[in-house]
Amino acid sequence: MRFGIVRFPGSNCDFDCERAVRDGIGQEPVVLWHKEESLLGADVVLLPGGFSYGDHLRAGAIARFSPIMKAVRAFAAEGGPVLGICNGFQILCEAHLLPGALIRNRGLRFRCHPVHVRVESTATPFTGEYDAGQILRLPIAHGEGQYVADENTLDELERDGRVIFRYVNPAGETTEEANPNGSARSIAGVCNAERNVVGLMPHPERAISAMIGSEDGLGVFRSAVAALTSLQGATA
Amino acid sequence: MTPLESDLMTSPEAISPPDAGESSRPAPERDDLLSLAIRHGLSEQEFDAILEILGRLPSLPEVGVFSAMWSEHCGYKNSRPLLRTLPTTGDLVVEGPGENAGVIDAGDGWGVAFKIESHNHPSAVEPYQGAATGVGGILRDVFTMGARPIAVLNSLRFGSLDSARSRFLLDGVVRGIGDYGNCVGIPTVGGETVFDPAYEQNPLVNAMCIGVVRLDSLARGRADGVGNPVMAVGARTGRDGIHGATFASAELDESSHESRPQVQVGDPFTEKLLLEASLELIERDLLVGIQDMGAAGLTSSAAEMASRSGSGIDIDVGLVPVREPDMTPYEILLSESQERMLLVTRPERVADVREVLERWDLQAATIGSVTDDGIFRVRENGQVVAEIPVAPLVDGCPTYTREAVESPEIIRLRELDLTEVSGLNADSEAEESLLSLLRSPTIGSRRWIYEQYDTSVRTNTVVGPGSDAAVLRLEDTGRGIAASVDGNGRYVWLEPRRGAAIAVAEAARNVACAGARPVAVTNCLNFGNPLGAAVYYQLSEAVAGLGEACEALGTPVTGGNVSLYNETPSGPIYPTPVVGMIGLLSSLDRVVPSAFRETGDVVLLVGDTAEELGGSEYLAVRHGLVAGAPPEIDLAQARRLVDFLVRAAEEGLLRSAHDCSDGGLAVALAECSIGSAGSTSGPLGLDAQFHSGVGAAAALFGESQNRAVLSCTAAEEARLCELASEFDLPIHTLGAVAAPHGRFRLAADSVKIDLEVGVIQEAFESALPARMEKEAGLTA
Repeated sequence: MRFGIVRFPGSNCDFDCERAVRDGIGQEPVVLWHKEESLLGADVVLLPGGFSYGDHLRAGAIARFSPIMKAVRAFAAEGGPVLGICNGFQILCEAHLLPGALIRNRGLRFRCHPVHVRVESTATPFTGEYDAGQILRLPIAHGEGQYVADENTLDELERDGRVIFRYVNPAGETTEEANPNGSARSIAGVCNAERNVVGLMPHPERAISAMIGSEDGLGVFRSAVAALTSLQGATA
Repeated sequence: MTPLESDLMTSPEAISPPDAGESSRPAPERDDLLSLAIRHGLSEQEFDAILEILGRLPSLPEVGVFSAMWSEHCGYKNSRPLLRTLPTTGDLVVEGPGENAGVIDAGDGWGVAFKIESHNHPSAVEPYQGAATGVGGILRDVFTMGARPIAVLNSLRFGSLDSARSRFLLDGVVRGIGDYGNCVGIPTVGGETVFDPAYEQNPLVNAMCIGVVRLDSLARGRADGVGNPVMAVGARTGRDGIHGATFASAELDESSHESRPQVQVGDPFTEKLLLEASLELIERDLLVGIQDMGAAGLTSSAAEMASRSGSGIDIDVGLVPVREPDMTPYEILLSESQERMLLVTRPERVADVREVLERWDLQAATIGSVTDDGIFRVRENGQVVAEIPVAPLVDGCPTYTREAVESPEIIRLRELDLTEVSGLNADSEAEESLLSLLRSPTIGSRRWIYEQYDTSVRTNTVVGPGSDAAVLRLEDTGRGIAASVDGNGRYVWLEPRRGAAIAVAEAARNVACAGARPVAVTNCLNFGNPLGAAVYYQLSEAVAGLGEACEALGTPVTGGNVSLYNETPSGPIYPTPVVGMIGLLSSLDRVVPSAFRETGDVVLLVGDTAEELGGSEYLAVRHGLVAGAPPEIDLAQARRLVDFLVRAAEEGLLRSAHDCSDGGLAVALAECSIGSAGSTSGPLGLDAQFHSGVGAAAALFGESQNRAVLSCTAAEEARLCELASEFDLPIHTLGAVAAPHGRFRLAADSVKIDLEVGVIQEAFESALPARMEKEAGLTA
C-alpha cells in the first residue's frame, strides 16, 4: 500500500512519517513534492508536521495554496483517506478541509512532552484498529495547537462524533492539567463530515517503538491499511 | 555603513592598493591607518606585521579583513599556543580540529560529526537572536561536513534568577534556541544550565550539534582546482552582524547594547532549505568544497577554504547578492548575515548545482573562482580592492603567551578553613538543606526549559533531557550515540587545572552512566580578558587540566571554540570550560536509565567519599559561600570508573546509574527517585543508610568525584560488587528502592533525612516555574 507524504518547504516530520510507514508497518512511503500536482498513485495521503513555508503569516496559511494541495483536495473529495499531523492539521484547517483553527497555545510557549489522548471514535480510516475509549501516549511538539471553533461548530462535531482524539490524564479523564494547550473541549483531533479527512496535533509517527517511548501511534497507520484493505475487498 | 567604517570614511578614504588604478585621492598616512586598526581591535605590533605581509599600507577593506581574521574568535591569538597542547588524535578520529566540525568513526561506515560553539556576546545584547543564530551557526558547521544534524545540546550560564535581567535573558535564550531548532526540525536533547551571580551581565550560550554522515561522503571546506567557480548561496548579504567576530573578541560595557546591529538575525526556514539543499548537493557529489559563511562571513569562509587547499581565491563583491543597495566591499566582506554558504564546484556542474538550489527556492550567484597564486583577491566590479596572501592571513596571526599569575584573593578563598560551615547535626537541618538544594535553580528540574524544545523530532531520541546523558540511535545499526555537556565554573575559578579536569571526567562519567563508552570531546573555552594575568593563568591552567583529563580518559579533542573577553565592568565571569562528550553504545538494548526502576532493587554507591565541601553547591546555597578547594580528582580512577560502568552495562547488571556530582549523594539519590515518576506508577521512595566515615554534611552533600549511584536487582548485587573490585573501585550497598509515593529515607550515620517523596519532587519541580512564571518580571 502506498502512503504519499507531502513535502512542503519547511516540513520536518516527513522523514518520521516515512520511517513509520516503512519500518513501523512495512508499507511503501512515497514523497510528494509540493510543487507537483500528482499524488503518484498514493492510496493514503499524509500531511506531516513541521513549519511549512516557515509558518510565515500563520501556520499552514501558505501551504494551502501550493500546487500539491489541488491534488490533495481532489483526492479528499473522492473519499481518499487524508491525515494531517501537527502542521499538517493546521494546513487542513487553513484549507477548510477540516473545521476550526489552531491558535497559539495557552501560555504562549512551545510545548513538547508526552500526552495522553483518548480515542473518541473508531469510525475513521485512521482509528479503526483502536478500541473506542482507548488511551494512547503520544508526544506533542507545537506552539500553535490550541484548537478553537465557534460553539455551533463544536456542538456539531460532538453531535456527529467527529471529535476523534481528546487530551486526557492517564486515567482517561479530561482535566485542565491534561489539556496541554487550552484546546476547546480538550480536542486533540477531528475529522470532516465525510470522515475520510482527519487531523490531530499529537505525533503518532513519533510513537512507533517502545525504544523511543511509545508504540501507541502505530495503530493510526495500521488502521489506514485495514480500512483500505476492507474497501478493496468490498469492491473486488 | 558601520561605526568603524564611518570612522574610516572621515579620514582619507578609498585606500587603494597599488594596482587599483585610480590614485587621484590623497594617500592615507600610516598613523591614520594605525589608529583605525587599533579601533578594529588590532595592536600596533599586529599592524606592523600586516605592513610586512603586504609590503605596503593596507586598504580599508584590508584593515577590516585582517582585524576579523586576526580577532581572537577567528585567529585564536591568545589561545593557540595553549590549544596545541591538547591531545587531538586517536583511533576513531577522522577529522580533528581545523575542519568545520570534528568527525569520529562510529563503525559500519558511519561517522559522527560534532562541535560546540559559543554565542555569548550576541546573547548578552539580544538574547533571542543571539541564541537562535548560535544554534543556526553550529548546525551549519555540522551539515557542511555532509552530516545530517540529528541533535542539539546546549550549555547555558545566567546570573541569579532573582534579577529581572537574568529572567529576561533566560526567557529570550530559551525561546531563541527553541524557535530555531524546532523550526529546522533538529531535536534539542540535553544540556546544562547554571545560575550564578558571576554571569549576571555576561551570560554564556554554548550550543553543540551532533550529525551523522557516511564516511565515504564526507564533505570538506576546500577550494581546490584552478578555475573552479565559487558560489554564494542562501540568504542575501545585508548589513547585519558586520564585525561580529571582532565584537565577540572585546569586553562588554555599558555601550554594548549599541552593538545590537552587530547581532545577526536568524531565519530558521532558510536554514532548513539550505540544510536540505546542501546535503543533496553533497550526496550527488556536485561540490568540491563547502563552508558556512559564519564568523567574519565571506572573508573567513573564502580565505579558510583557500588555505586548506593551498590555493588562492578571486572574488568580486559586485556579484554577491545583497539586501540593500550601495553596500561597500568592506560591508560585504565582513557581514555576518546568517544562512549563507560558500560553495566551490566545477564548471560543468554549475547547472546541476543551480537546479538543486532552485528547487529549494534558494538563490545562488557565481562570485569568483579558485586560483593557484595563494592570494585572497577581492574585486568590486572588476577593480581590485583587497589582495592578501592567504597563508599569513589565515595562519599568520601573531600568537601570544601572556603573563600568568594566580589571583591572591582566590588563593585565600581556596585555603579558607571550612570547619565552621561543615557541621550538620539536626535531622531537620539536613532535610531543609536537601529541599533548598532541590529548589535551587542550578539543581532543580530543567523541565521548564526543555519542554519548550522539540526533543523527539526525527525519532532518534532514546533518552532525552533530564538524564545524565542523551542517547540517540545511530540510524538503523541498533547502536547508539550518547552525549553530555558539562562544566563547573565555580570549581575552575577556585582551582582551574583541577576544575577543568573534573569537567572532562564528569562528562565521561555521564556518558558512561548511560552505558556508552566516551570516545571524543569538543570544548568551548569561556573566559575573561586574557590580557589580565589572573585570567590568563586560569586559561592556561584550565587547558592543561583539560589535556591531562582527555589524555587519561582516552578522549581526544576534535575541535571547539574559544570565547574570551567575557567580562564586564563588574569583572570577568567564572572561567568556564565546557566539555561536550560523545560516547558510543554497542547496543541500544543496553541503555541504562538514570532513575530508579523497581521497588526492592538494591541501591549502591560506587566510589570514595572524602571530607570535601569546597566549591560545593551546598556551601553556595546554604552558606552563601564560594570557597575551599574543589574535590580531588584521580584521573586513573576516573578511567577505571568509566570502564566499570560500561562493562556493567554490557553485562546487563544495572537497573539504573546516575552520576553523583552537584549537590552530592543526597541530591543524586533524590534525582533517582524523582526521575522514576514518568515511567512507573509514581516516584519511587528510598530506604538507605550511608556509613561514610566523614561528617554528615560531606556525606550527604559533599561532591567527591568519581562516584555514581547505581541500582540493580538483588540477584545481580554480588556480581556488581565483584566487578567493582575487579576495577579496584570501592562500592557500598546503601539500601533499597522503596514503594511508589513512599518515603525518601537516607541516613548518614546519626543524621537522617526522612521526607515524603512527593515533597522532594515538588521542591525539585518548582525550582524554575516558581521563578519564571511571574512573567511581568521579564524586562530588559
